[in-house]
Order: sequence, then C-alpha cells, then structure tokens
Amino acid sequence: MQAFTEHRGIVAPLDRPNVDTDAIIPKQYLKSIKRSGFGPNAFDDWRYLDAGAPDIKNSMRRLNPEFILNQPPYDRATILLARENFGCGSSREHAVWALTDFGFRAVIAPSFADIFFNNSFKNGLLPIALDAATIDGLFARVKQEQGLEFTVDLASQRVIVGDETYRFEIDAFKKHCLLNGLDDIGLTLEHADQIKAYEQQRRLQAPWLF
Amino acid sequence: MTARTLYDKLWDDHVVRTEADGTALLYIDRHLVHEVTSPQAFEGLRMAGRKPWRTDSVLAVPDHNVPTTDRRAGIADPVSRLQVETLDTNCVEFGLTEFDMSDVRQGIVHVIGPEQGATLPGMTVVCGDSHTSTHGAFGALAFGIGTSEVEHVLATQCLLQKKSKSMLVSVDGRVSNGVTAKDIMLAIIGEIGTAGGTGHAIEFGGDAIRALSMEGRMTVCNMAIEAGARAGMVAVDATTIGYIKNRPYAPQGEMLARAIESWQQLHSDADAIFDKVVHIDAAAIKPQVTWGTSPEMVAAIDAAVPDPEQEHDHVKADGMRKALAYMGLTAGEPINQIAVDKVFIGSCTNSRIEDLRAAAHVVKGRKVADRVSLAMVVPGSGLVKRQAEEEGLDQIFLQAGFEWREPGCSMCLAMNADRLEAGERCASTSNRNFEGRQGQGGRTHLLSPAMAAAAAVTGHFVDVHELITES
Ligand code: SF4
Repeated sequence: MQAFTEHRGIVAPLDRPNVDTDAIIPKQYLKSIKRSGFGPNAFDDWRYLDAGAPDIKNSMRRLNPEFILNQPPYDRATILLARENFGCGSSREHAVWALTDFGFRAVIAPSFADIFFNNSFKNGLLPIALDAATIDGLFARVKQEQGLEFTVDLASQRVIVGDETYRFEIDAFKKHCLLNGLDDIGLTLEHADQIKAYEQQRRLQAPWLF
Repeated sequence: MTARTLYDKLWDDHVVRTEADGTALLYIDRHLVHEVTSPQAFEGLRMAGRKPWRTDSVLAVPDHNVPTTDRRAGIADPVSRLQVETLDTNCVEFGLTEFDMSDVRQGIVHVIGPEQGATLPGMTVVCGDSHTSTHGAFGALAFGIGTSEVEHVLATQCLLQKKSKSMLVSVDGRVSNGVTAKDIMLAIIGEIGTAGGTGHAIEFGGDAIRALSMEGRMTVCNMAIEAGARAGMVAVDATTIGYIKNRPYAPQGEMLARAIESWQQLHSDADAIFDKVVHIDAAAIKPQVTWGTSPEMVAAIDAAVPDPEQEHDHVKADGMRKALAYMGLTAGEPINQIAVDKVFIGSCTNSRIEDLRAAAHVVKGRKVADRVSLAMVVPGSGLVKRQAEEEGLDQIFLQAGFEWREPGCSMCLAMNADRLEAGERCASTSNRNFEGRQGQGGRTHLLSPAMAAAAAVTGHFVDVHELITES
C-alpha cells in the first residue's frame, strides 16, 4: 500500500451530501477483474453527457462542462472536499480505486459511510472528518479562491489552509499503518498462533461453527 | 457481570486480540463470496502466495451478473461472463464451495446463506457486499466489507475492526393491516435518516419486530445499511430457531440441542445500555414509497411530494431540489397519483417466498395495467423459485402479465441485461433509489412487494389496503 505522510494539492469542492458509491463509480465498471483503470470513470454519470460502458472509449465521449472535475484546475485536484455521509451505499472498493486512480489522496467531509471509510485506508486514501461548520467555511474559501491548495499532514493530524490549521482525529493503529504503508494481512499473520489458539478454544465451546 | 447488549456479546465472543488503541482482531465464522467484489482479492492471494485460512467457512455464489432469462446459452455479455467464470475458477483453484449458475441452490448471496442454514445465530458473517447486514436477523454479527477485507478474511479468517457504538431501534406496538417489514424499515430510515446509524450497530427490537417472520426481519436488517449502520440485528427467539431447523448447513440432533442452549443467550440483557435509543410507533406507520434519490426521501402513500422551500437546512433543501429534478416530480404532487412504467419485485430485500406470496395475493385475478411496459418477478434463489412454483404463484404472476425470471440481483443494480431506460419510472422492492442505480437516468421508487404489486395492476402508486379489502 502507498504510504501517506504529507500531501499538498488542489482542492475540488463537490458540494452535495450523500454522495454514494454508485455515483462515484457506476456498476457497469464493476465487471472488471482488475484493481486499476477506474479513474476515467470516476463520477461517470456526472462527468460525461453521454452514457458510458466498459467497451466505450472515454476519449470519444462528451464531457459535461458543468461538472467541477472537468473544469481546470480541478481536473488536477488531489483533495476532494465533500458534504456529509460521503461514500454511502454499496461496499464496492472500486469507489476508492476510482478516486485514487483519478489522483485523489484525501477526502475531507463532515462524515463518511463506515465501509467506504475503512476501504479508503486499505488503499492509501485518507478520509478526514471535520465538523460541519468548519466544512462550510472551507467550501466558502475554496469557492472564492480557485485552485486553492491544502496541505494535509498525517503525522501531526492537521489540515493546513494558508495560515489556518485544522486538527483531525484518526485511530492510532490506522495512522501507524498508513504512515508506514503497512500491509494489514502481513501484520495479522504475525498473530497466527493467537488465531489458532482462539479457534481451538472456540471449537470446544461452539463445535457447530466448525 | 455488567449487563451487555446483543452486540457486546457477539463482539466479545469473537475478539482474538486487541491493539492498544482498541482495534480488535475479530474472528470470522462465515464468509460469503460473490463474483463482483472477489476477483481482486483472489488475485492478491495468488500474488502473495497465500492460501485461504479455512476453506469450509466460505460459501460462494454468482448473483450480480447472472442473466435472469434462460441460462442454457450462458452469459451473452463477455465482460460479465469473464467475471462469473473467474469466480468459478477461483473456487476450484482454492477449494471453495460454490453454487454455480446451473445449481438449483444458486441465488442472491443474502438469500441463500439463511436458506441453507449457513447463517446461524452467534456467528460473525461477512461478505464483500454492504447488504450483509441481512444476516443479523439471526442474532448474528453480520456486516459488509470491501475487497481488501475479503482478501484479509480469506488469508487470516480475521478482520481488523474498531467496535461501533450501539443503537436500539424499538418499534413499539402493532402495525396495521397491509403494513409490512419493508414499510417499517422505510419509516425508520425516514425518521433517523440515511446517516442516522453511521458508526453504530443497530439492534431492532420491540413488539412489531418480534411479531415479524424471519423473512420480515431479514428485510429490516437488510436495509440497516441504508440507515447508515454497517450491522443490524435482531435477538434470537423461537421464530429464529424454528427457521433454522432442518436446513442443510445447520447443526442437527444432539448438536442442535447444544447450539440452541447457547443461542438462548443471544439477546440484550434487560438493563443493558445503548449509546442511542429510538422509539417508533408501529401503529402510526403507513405503507411507504420513496420519492427521491436517497432512501430517507420517503413518504406515506397518502402524503404528497415534499417542498424543498419548506426545508430550513440549506444543504438538505439543495439535495431535495436535485432529487426532484432527477425524479421528474414537483413538490405537492400526491404520491398516489404518480404513474409507473416498470415494476420490479426482487432483490435481497424482498425476494423470499413470503414476499412473493404477498405480491401474488394482490395480483391474483388482476392484470398488469396497460401503461406498465414491464413487470417482473425475480425470485431470490432457485429454491425460492421452485417453492413458489409448487404453490402456483408463478401462474398467478404469469396470468396477470408479469414476467417470471431466474434468480439473481437483476434490476436491483442492473449489472445484467435488466435495467431502466432514461426517464423510466419504476416501482421497485429493492433497497436503493440512487441516481442511475437501476439504469442511467432511471427513476426508482422503493416500496414493499404488496405495494409494488398494487402499482403494477393499477399503473400508479396506491395504498395496497384498498386492493386487499376489495378482494
Ligand atoms: S440484490 Fe441488490 S442489494 Fe442485494 S446483493 Fe444484489 S445487488 Fe446488492
């Protein structure tokens, strides 16, 4: 997994609540058996004026000029500013793969859906929750100063916007894994003996589970 | 000992170890797998040279991409076909049980787990699918996971988890005639919102929940995710145990007796404390229909489409305006005057035998309205389909002009050939009304099977109660 330490980049404001994973990556692209290549179809229904499919070349399609990520400099944005309940809906990790493939490294919102939140960490995408009033203020600023850049510093848990800094909370364990780009499975397998011991004892208690 | 919630008990029973910050390594008893969220996980295993930790915990089934029409010719769409075949070969390579497309037991993953007795009380159940919450109806801790977590469970039988907060949604009293589990759940989501349960595990309780069949409880838990909660659950009682007996994967005889004894503990202690408690008055719930593009945008059948100008929260009002524009509706329009183009009865929310019976009861002796271009019933599994056919339900649907299909996810998410065209309005028993969910530009209204059946035969939304009392 790609480690996350500090990141500075352009912030794109996506001003709507409940952005669901169907919107982030529509189902027709979930047929892929790969992890990469979802970026061109991130927010597909909003981004293009005509319908898309895995066998249609995106370069042949008409971009929706109204959609924020089609407007320079936001087409180069690496931080997404969003509203509450971001990433709700299905468990598809493809949503995270689409965002990272587009180039996003962090999403800042008042709240995230749980599964999306977890999936993000597994792919080096940092979801940052800040209170709704702060987010309101950030939207106002970002809309005022086109191309405004934020700096996200994971070690000190801060978002830096010009002279202002905003602290965010994060689980110590998730932070450690992200800072070091650690592979969860490898970490868990270091405890293989403990897992086996648990299984042995559980088998005695509840043999019908085995 | 201090009083514990059902969630506490399930959690405690599965903790293998805990990190300093409270992150737990949680043991997983049952891992359900389908074709869409697993290929990259298997690929990861292969690349790391890892093997599944416990092959007997896995049950795999293709459901999202499978055609619901005659399957003998295989899958026409090459991309879908490759994904389903990839699941087949992965299951062979890693030695996992799979009900493939030709197996009569094939169906939607959340229908077949309980149907086979593969979902049991006291289990942790995971699947790379958000509606895994369905299985919580059995007093299990069941939640959806992403593909990286699918790989993690395959390789280690465990997941890294932070404990959620606990929430009790108590539906008190009795519902009136014609009000089903789906209406209860839509009403709950309307009340607490789609983020109402975020960060929480919800236990559903109260008389109205206790009175539900297992099918009904599954419908409720299924949509816990639409209320923002990763897991929903219902305490074990005689209804639960009655359902499990004699299922192929369930314990039998002596072992069942032992299991039942331990399952009796699977309820929240009387004085257990929840982080959040919500009470809903069952008697006040009317049949529900969603009008917008989020499940919380829901109204009673006798209400009207709400007006964004009356909403004080500007973010919400804006969301409502976008939803109304997308749905082609105007504020103030009575819900029961909205006409529909298509009707879909199916999905892991409402495709079990009880759902089909409820819909057939309304349809019997009636015809699909002329303006409805397609009304389809997609049973949740091959076994549900067979049972319905034995009861003659297929004939009721066919005579009324419905299509009777093969089991799968179908138009719930339109990954196969079943979908809405832009602008088409659909009465759907599924769980998500997001933009484009059932096809780009398609407009989805969520409702119960009986209400969907009523919409099919009248051509618009109508209180099913009017049709049932007539007959
Ligand atoms: S029926 Fe719909 S919600 Fe259920 S698993 Fe299939 S696609 Fe997901």
